[in-house]
Amino acid sequence: MLGETIRLAVRAIWRNALRSFLTVLGVVIGVAAVIAMVTVGQGSSAQVTQDVAKLGTNVLMIRPGQAAMGPRSSSTSERAFDLRDVDRLIREVPAIETASAAEQSQMSAVAGNVNYRTTVWGAGNAYLDATDWPVVLGRRFVTGEEQGGRAVCILGETVRQELFGDTDPVGDKIRLKSMSCEVIGVLDAKGASSFGSDQDDIVMIPVRTFQRRIAGNSNVNMIYAAVRDGVSTELAQGEIEAVLREIRRIGTGEEDDFNVMDMKQLASMLTGITDVLTGLLAAVAAVSLLVGGIGIMNIMLVSVTERTHEIGIRLAVGAQARQVLQQFLVEAIVLSLMGGLMGIALGLGLAALASRIMAIPFTPDPVVVLGAFAFSALVGVVFGYFPARRAARLDPIEALRHQ
Amino acid sequence: MTGDSPAVIELRGITRVYGRGEAEVRALDGIDLTIRSGEFVAIMGPSGSGKSTAMNVIGCLDSPTSGEYLFNGVDVAGLDQDQRALLRRHYLGFVFQGYNLLPRTPALENVELPLIYKGVGAAERRGRALAALEQVGLAQRADHDPSELSGGQQQRVAIARALAGSPEVLLADEPTGNLDTHRSAEIMELLVRLRAETGLTIVMVTHEEDMAAYADRLIWMVDGRIADDRPTTGGARHAG
Repeated sequence: MLGETIRLAVRAIWRNALRSFLTVLGVVIGVAAVIAMVTVGQGSSAQVTQDVAKLGTNVLMIRPGQAAMGPRSSSTSERAFDLRDVDRLIREVPAIETASAAEQSQMSAVAGNVNYRTTVWGAGNAYLDATDWPVVLGRRFVTGEEQGGRAVCILGETVRQELFGDTDPVGDKIRLKSMSCEVIGVLDAKGASSFGSDQDDIVMIPVRTFQRRIAGNSNVNMIYAAVRDGVSTELAQGEIEAVLREIRRIGTGEEDDFNVMDMKQLASMLTGITDVLTGLLAAVAAVSLLVGGIGIMNIMLVSVTERTHEIGIRLAVGAQARQVLQQFLVEAIVLSLMGGLMGIALGLGLAALASRIMAIPFTPDPVVVLGAFAFSALVGVVFGYFPARRAARLDPIEALRHQ
Repeated sequence: MTGDSPAVIELRGITRVYGRGEAEVRALDGIDLTIRSGEFVAIMGPSGSGKSTAMNVIGCLDSPTSGEYLFNGVDVAGLDQDQRALLRRHYLGFVFQGYNLLPRTPALENVELPLIYKGVGAAERRGRALAALEQVGLAQRADHDPSELSGGQQQRVAIARALAGSPEVLLADEPTGNLDTHRSAEIMELLVRLRAETGLTIVMVTHEEDMAAYADRLIWMVDGRIADDRPTTGGARHAG
């Protein structure tokens, strides 16, 4: 009987194909919007996670000041680290493989008559090791350059393009502020991060060179530490905290005046923001599903009126009220499920397109797709019930008389 | 032939009142009527005489306000909507003046309709519907939509639909009202033949004496009462 009812519903829907399509358009758009929003949102979350993974999941970020995210300048009143702290961490924390200071400052880099504003990083080979970042042209720093604070630099791919085009810059000179600096290498291209910032927009110089020639002090405001393979980041975090507390003479019961952050924590913080935004957009999209449901109810009511005579015939040959109810309810459900299927196809298509344009991974979530499908069925039940009940309550004689 | 057959339909003191107080209309005002198995009964009467209401009550489309209605000896006057639907489904077939076929639906599917509600499986349903169309001589039109059939053909499809469910009683409400004399005669001859073949009981409302003459009993109604109830004189006309 149910199979029969479904077949009947499909026929009735097909008989008014155009009207049926317009009826479910609201559901189609609603489902498509929800799926596209959520899929793109999850894609960008995945992108953030991936980007952070590129920094190295085994990397810890150590900064002065208590844990708090957001932009901060290097001139905070918090006690900065210095290079001795970095050395002690490498020596005294067995859980870490290496550690590197990473200072940065915005300034212009000049080559010949080309002027380009970029970020200058004071770091070193240890930073390149910690973040798994190879030099593809030229060479890395040598120990003498790092220890002596020599005027040498390694360019990010973007800076090299801006200043030298496709030519090999190794051996050429660039000027940073008043410092003339020899290019010794070019870093592998990393591409854009998920927030649109260009990770290749960088000039790297030894940290001592940075302190001496640019910052003018011996402060270290950021330390990257790479955790040894097979050691948990939590363990490394604990050991680093213990050593730093000792170095900075923080008494028992006092709070840390620095923070050690795991990349996973950073990633979850960033994806948290994306998730909230995704949720909000999906909620707005869900409202259009509600509107779509009302559209279905409207047309089903019209349909009941139009088919009153048919209902009369069915009642006369022995249909019971609940069979008429079932017929119209199934029709509404089939209608909205069809809308749901079309919406899923459209939503996934849009999400695939958007992901391509935004260069983020396309990761359709079966839970979301099934959820949207189930929700469209629910729309059918909720908004189909009232018209169906009206159909079922018709008096057979009245209905037969209706033309 | 019918004198000692069992009674299928027994109405005792049936009334049907519409409205209340001043606006009260007594459409049926105390009907006593017994119809035996295999009878062909015609009901006639002027407009407003209650013949359609009588038909609706007999057909269990409507419930009487008071009185007793025994169908095969069982009181069905107090049945609710759904129980009456079951009674119609299993024991009654309807033929209407306006044919009442589902539009844009092939003849065969129209005939299958009562069988769907009887829960007959698809294959058997098709066979029985085709057999019913065969009985009315329209098997070759099984896949035609009603709009592709003449009035007479549509009415024959409607009769096939009523027969498909193998009812005990066929209720025909002005079955020839929309047809010319020639087609009307065809329909009446079909009903008479079907009655002879299957032992069907037929109750027909009509306002045409010619059609009533095909029945073997004529009931004349006036103002919600039975004014006359006698065998038809034309009974011999179709006997051969």
